[in-house]
Amino acid sequence: MPRILPWLQGGLLLGAVFLMAVAFVKPIGVSTQFVILDAMIWEMVDPTIIQEDSSTKTGYASPNAYLNKSGGKYAKNAANPLNYSFIFVIAMAFGAFLSSRLGGDRPDNNDTIMPDVWRTHIGDSHGLRLLAVFVSGFIVLFGARLAGGCTSGHMMSGMMQTAVSGYLFSVGLFAAALPVAFLLYKKKGA
Amino acid sequence: MLDIILAIVIGTAFGFALNRVGATNPQYIINMVRLKDLHLMKVILFAIGFASALLFLGLSVGLLDAGNLSVKASYIGVVIGGALLGVGFAIAGYCPGTGIGAAATGRIDGIVFVIGGLIGAFAYTLTHGAISATGLLDNLFGGKVTLAATTNEKFGHLVDALPGPALALLLSVLLMGIAFALPKALRKAS
Repeated sequence: MPRILPWLQGGLLLGAVFLMAVAFVKPIGVSTQFVILDAMIWEMVDPTIIQEDSSTKTGYASPNAYLNKSGGKYAKNAANPLNYSFIFVIAMAFGAFLSSRLGGDRPDNNDTIMPDVWRTHIGDSHGLRLLAVFVSGFIVLFGARLAGGCTSGHMMSGMMQTAVSGYLFSVGLFAAALPVAFLLYKKKGA
Repeated sequence: MLDIILAIVIGTAFGFALNRVGATNPQYIINMVRLKDLHLMKVILFAIGFASALLFLGLSVGLLDAGNLSVKASYIGVVIGGALLGVGFAIAGYCPGTGIGAAATGRIDGIVFVIGGLIGAFAYTLTHGAISATGLLDNLFGGKVTLAATTNEKFGHLVDALPGPALALLLSVLLMGIAFALPKALRKAS
C-alpha cells in the first residue's frame, strides 16, 4: 500500500491544515453539513420548513426544533448554500479527489466496494458490504449529531483547543470502536 | 466573498491532506481500530499536538485571534454519540469527513456510506426535540469548557494550576510523544 505519506510528514500536513483553519476562520467541522444538505432537500419537498423571520437572530426560522436551534442558524445556512462551512465540505471532496489523481491514495478495481480487511474477514459479498456501510453511515451521522460533532470537529479541532468535549467524544469513540473491530474482524477469515 | 475563497482553499487542503495520510482508505481506519496498523493513530495524535502547540503559542503572543476559537459543549450525549460513531467507524472504516473524501476518490462504499449518513442526520433532525427532553443534552462541567485557559472569555476552563499555554504545551508534547512512542502495530498483523 504505497502512495501515502510517512506518519510524521502526514501529521505535520494535517496539523498545519487544522491550524490554518482556526487561524483564518474557525475550527474544522464536517458533520453539520449533512444536516444542511438534508434541510435543502427537505425544503424542496416542503417549502414551509425554512422561513424568513425577522424576529430571530439570523433572520430565519423553522418549525423543526433542530433547524430552528441557535436562532435559526441551520435554517439560514440551508437557505444560503454559499456559506463558508458548506463550501468547505464541497472543497474537501474536491481536495481528496485531486490528491487521489495526483499520486495519492486511489482505489483499484478490487477496492471500490470493500477494503482487503473486509474481504478477508467478512467475505466478498457486495450486497453485504454496501448494506453494512449504509447502516454504518446512518449510525455514524446520527451519533455525530447527537454528540454535536464528528472526528474532525470534536476529536481533532476539539482536542486541539483542549476542549473537554473533545476528550469525552474520543473516549466514547474508541471505547466502542475497539471491541466492535476486535469482534467483527476475528482471525478465522471468510 | 473572502470567506468563500478561504472555504475553497482550506477545504481543498483538508481533503488533500486526508487523502495523503491514508484516512480516505477504510483499510487504514479498520486496521487502526483493530490495533494492527497504528499509522493513522500516530498521524492524528501528532497532528492534534502539533496544531495545539502552535495555536496556544499564537494566542499567547497575540498572533492568532481568540475570537476564532469554537469550543463545543460537554454533555452525556457527546459520549453516547461518540460511541455510536465508533461502532459505525469500526464497521465501515469511515467517519463523516473521510467518507465524503473516499466517495470523491471513487469508492462506491463511501458513496453509500454518505447516503446512509444523510438519512441518519435526518433521523436526528426529526428526533432532536425528543432527545433534548431526556436531559442527554444537558451541560456537564459548565458546557463549553476547555482544560487549558484560552484568551477567549466565552469559554471556561477546568485547570487553574497552570497558565493556559503551559498546560496546552504540556498536553501537546504528551500527544506528540505518544505518536512517536507508539509502535507500528500493537497486535500482530493478519
